[in-house]
Amino acid sequence: MNIHEYQAKELLRAHGVPVLIGKPVFSAAEAGAVAFTDFVQRGVNTIVLKAQIHAGGRGKGTVHDPVTNAAIDVDGKPLRGVTVIHGGNIADRAYNVANGLLGNKLVTVQTGPDGKIVRRAFIEEGCAIAHEYYCSILLDRQTSRNLIMVSTEGGVEIEHVAETTPEKILKEWIDPTEGFQGYQARRLAFGLGLSGTAYKSFVSFIQKLYAAYVSMDCSMLEVNPLVVTDEGSFVALDAKVNFDDNAMFRHPDFEALRDIDEEEPLEVEAGKYSLNYIKLDGNVGCMVNGAGLAMGTMDIIQLAGGRPANFLDVGGGANVERIANAFRIMMSDPNVEAVLINIFGGIVRCDRVANGILQALQQVKVGVPVIVRLDGTNAEEARKILIDSGLNFLVAATLQDAADKVTEALSASQTA
Amino acid sequence: MSVLVNKDSKVLVQGITGGEGTFHTSQMLQYGTNVVGGVTPGKGGTMYGGKGDDMFTRELPVFNTVRDAVTATQANVSIIFVPAPMAADAILEAIDAGIGVIICITEGVPVNDMITVRARLDQSNAVLIGPNCPGIITPGEAKIGIMPGFIFSKGPIGLVSRSGTLTYEAVKQLTDVGLGQTTCIGIGGDPIIGTKFIDAIKLFNEDPETEAIVMIGEIGGNAEEEAAEYIKANVKKPVVGFIAGQTAPPGRRMGHAGAIISGGKGTAADKMATMKACGIHVVESPASIGITMKNVLAAGGSKPAAAKPAAKKAAAKTSKK
Repeated sequence: MNIHEYQAKELLRAHGVPVLIGKPVFSAAEAGAVAFTDFVQRGVNTIVLKAQIHAGGRGKGTVHDPVTNAAIDVDGKPLRGVTVIHGGNIADRAYNVANGLLGNKLVTVQTGPDGKIVRRAFIEEGCAIAHEYYCSILLDRQTSRNLIMVSTEGGVEIEHVAETTPEKILKEWIDPTEGFQGYQARRLAFGLGLSGTAYKSFVSFIQKLYAAYVSMDCSMLEVNPLVVTDEGSFVALDAKVNFDDNAMFRHPDFEALRDIDEEEPLEVEAGKYSLNYIKLDGNVGCMVNGAGLAMGTMDIIQLAGGRPANFLDVGGGANVERIANAFRIMMSDPNVEAVLINIFGGIVRCDRVANGILQALQQVKVGVPVIVRLDGTNAEEARKILIDSGLNFLVAATLQDAADKVTEALSASQTA
Repeated sequence: MSVLVNKDSKVLVQGITGGEGTFHTSQMLQYGTNVVGGVTPGKGGTMYGGKGDDMFTRELPVFNTVRDAVTATQANVSIIFVPAPMAADAILEAIDAGIGVIICITEGVPVNDMITVRARLDQSNAVLIGPNCPGIITPGEAKIGIMPGFIFSKGPIGLVSRSGTLTYEAVKQLTDVGLGQTTCIGIGGDPIIGTKFIDAIKLFNEDPETEAIVMIGEIGGNAEEEAAEYIKANVKKPVVGFIAGQTAPPGRRMGHAGAIISGGKGTAADKMATMKACGIHVVESPASIGITMKNVLAAGGSKPAAAKPAAKKAAAKTSKK
C-alpha cells in the first residue's frame, strides 16, 4: 500500500523522526486559511506548497487543465507540483497556488502523459538547507535482511547515483538478531563526512528512522532529500513509505490512510472481492488461477500477437460467484477485443469454473470472442458444459491451442 | 531416488484441525503420504479423523507441540497450514523441534517475520520450503503439499518453481510427452523464502535419478540469475527454464509478494538473457516447456550449452503444429 507524503510525515513524527511542521489542505480556501493561521501568525515567512499524489517527480512536474490540457500559470509562471512561497502576502499566494493545483492534473515522469488529478495539497514550513542527502531503508532480497542506504548525493534519483558513482552510496545490513547497532549508525555518519552537531543529529535521526521502519512493517522507506539545516539538524524533507501488505493485520489503523482516488477504479472494485486484478493497456483480457500462470498467460497473449489488457488471478479457491465477479470486472475494460480464460484445475474443479463462466455470461453482455482453456480436474466435463451451453465459446484443450485461438480471434477481428 | 522427501518421510501436519489442514491432510493420505500426526495447540492427546467431506483414511494423533509430536512419532518432515500471523512462529517451532524438512504453505507471512525465520534457519540444519508455496512431491511416494497428485508421474525430471499453477501446467506437459518427475519443489512466491532455486538445483544435480531439470522463475529478485551462474559452473544435466512476467509492468506486484520489477531490476528479459548465457534452454512460451524438454533429451544433449541451438529450433517447429 502507498500513502501520501503528508501521511508518511505524520507517521514519522509520531515515531520521533524530525520532520517540518505542515498540514494537508483540500481546497484553495483552506490553503489560504491554513497558511495564515498556522504559518503567517507564527511569524513564518517561507512556506512550501506541495501537490499530494502517489507519484514522484512532482518538483519538475507540470500542471494542466484536465479537460483542455492547457498549462496552468500562477503569478505569470508555469505552475509546478511543488512551489516555494517566500514573502509577500503568503496566505493570498497560497490560495492562488492551491487553486491552480487542486482539481487539475499533475504530469510528472512517473505519472505518464495522462498525469494525475491533484485532490490534496500539503503546506509545509520552509527551512534553511545546508546540504541535501539521500537515505532509504528497504528489504535486500539477496541477503534476506533489511538494508540502510545513505548518500551525500541527495535530491536526485538514487538509480542514477548507483550507475554513475556507486561508491557514493553507503550501505549497512541489519542482523535481525542484533538489530541496528550504534556502530553502524556511526559508520554511516562518518562515511557521510559529518562531525559535531550534524553528526549527533544524523545518528539520532537514522536510528529513529529504522525503528519507525520496523515498527510500521514498511517494505520501503525513502527520505530524499534528507537535509541538514544551517543549524546542523537533520530533517526529512520528503518521505516515501511503502508498507508490507502481508503485515497490515498488525496495523488496522493504516486502512484509513488509503486514498481510493489514487487507485485504478477497476482494481478497487476487484479488491472488494479479494480478486487480484491489475489493469494494463492491452487488448486481450485474461482470467487465470494462480499468479505465475496468470503472468505466463499474459506472456502467451503477447506471443500470440495480442497485448494483455490485465493481470487477473482468481486464486485457488475459485467458486462460481468469484468467477462471475472476475469476469464482469475484466469485461468492464472497453479496450478488450478478445478474452482468454485459462484455468488449471488442481484443487479447484473445472466443471465448477465452467458453471461460473456460464453464470457470468448471463449477467454480462459479451461482444468479443471468448477462448476458454480448462485443464486438470474434471476438465472433460467442463468442456462438455461449455460446448453444450450453445454459447459461442472457443474451447481450447491445451495452452498452445489456446494461444493459437487467440491469434485467430485477433486476426478475424482485424479483418472484420 | 528423489530429493528431500520420499515414501519413508514421516510427515507431521501443523494446523491439522483447521479447514485447509483437514482438507489437504485427507488428500495427502489418499495419495499415500506417510502422515504420522498433527499439531493443534490445546487439542493434544486426542485422535482426529477429519470432518465433513474430508474424512481421513485413518485417524491420526494430535499433539500440543511439535516437540511432543516428534518424541512420539519420530516425524522428520512437517507441513504448515497455520494462518499467516502465526506462521513464522510455527516454522520456528518446527526448527526448534529438530524437524529436517519444513514446508510452509501459508500465504501472506509478513516480511519482517521471515527475516527472523531466515536468520534462525541459517544457524540450523533444517530445510524450509516456502512460504506461499504448493509444497513438494515425489511422485508415487509422498505428496507433501496442496498440488493435484494425479497430474504427476514418476520419471527422470526434477522441477523447481516459484509458482503453483504454472508448476501444474509444466508437469502436465511433461507427463503428456512421457516425462515423469523425480521430485517437484514449489519454492514459493515470496521475497524471502527458505529453499531457493540454487539450493534445489544443487539437490537435483546430486540426485543420480534426476536426468534433467526444469526451473520456472518469474520477475523480481535475482534468485534465477544466481542459480544460472551455479548451473553454468557445476551442472552437466540439461536445464529447461521459463520466466513468467515478460509482459509485466514495472513497479507493480503481480500477485506474488516477490513478483515485482523494482528500480528496473528483476525483469524477465534480464533473467532470460543470463539464463541463456549460462547454457539453460530458455523457452519464451509457457506452452513449450514439455516439448522443449523432450527435444533436448532426444538430442542427447547432456551439456546445456552444446545442445542449445538444435533443440531450440526443434522446439519451435514442434510447438507450431
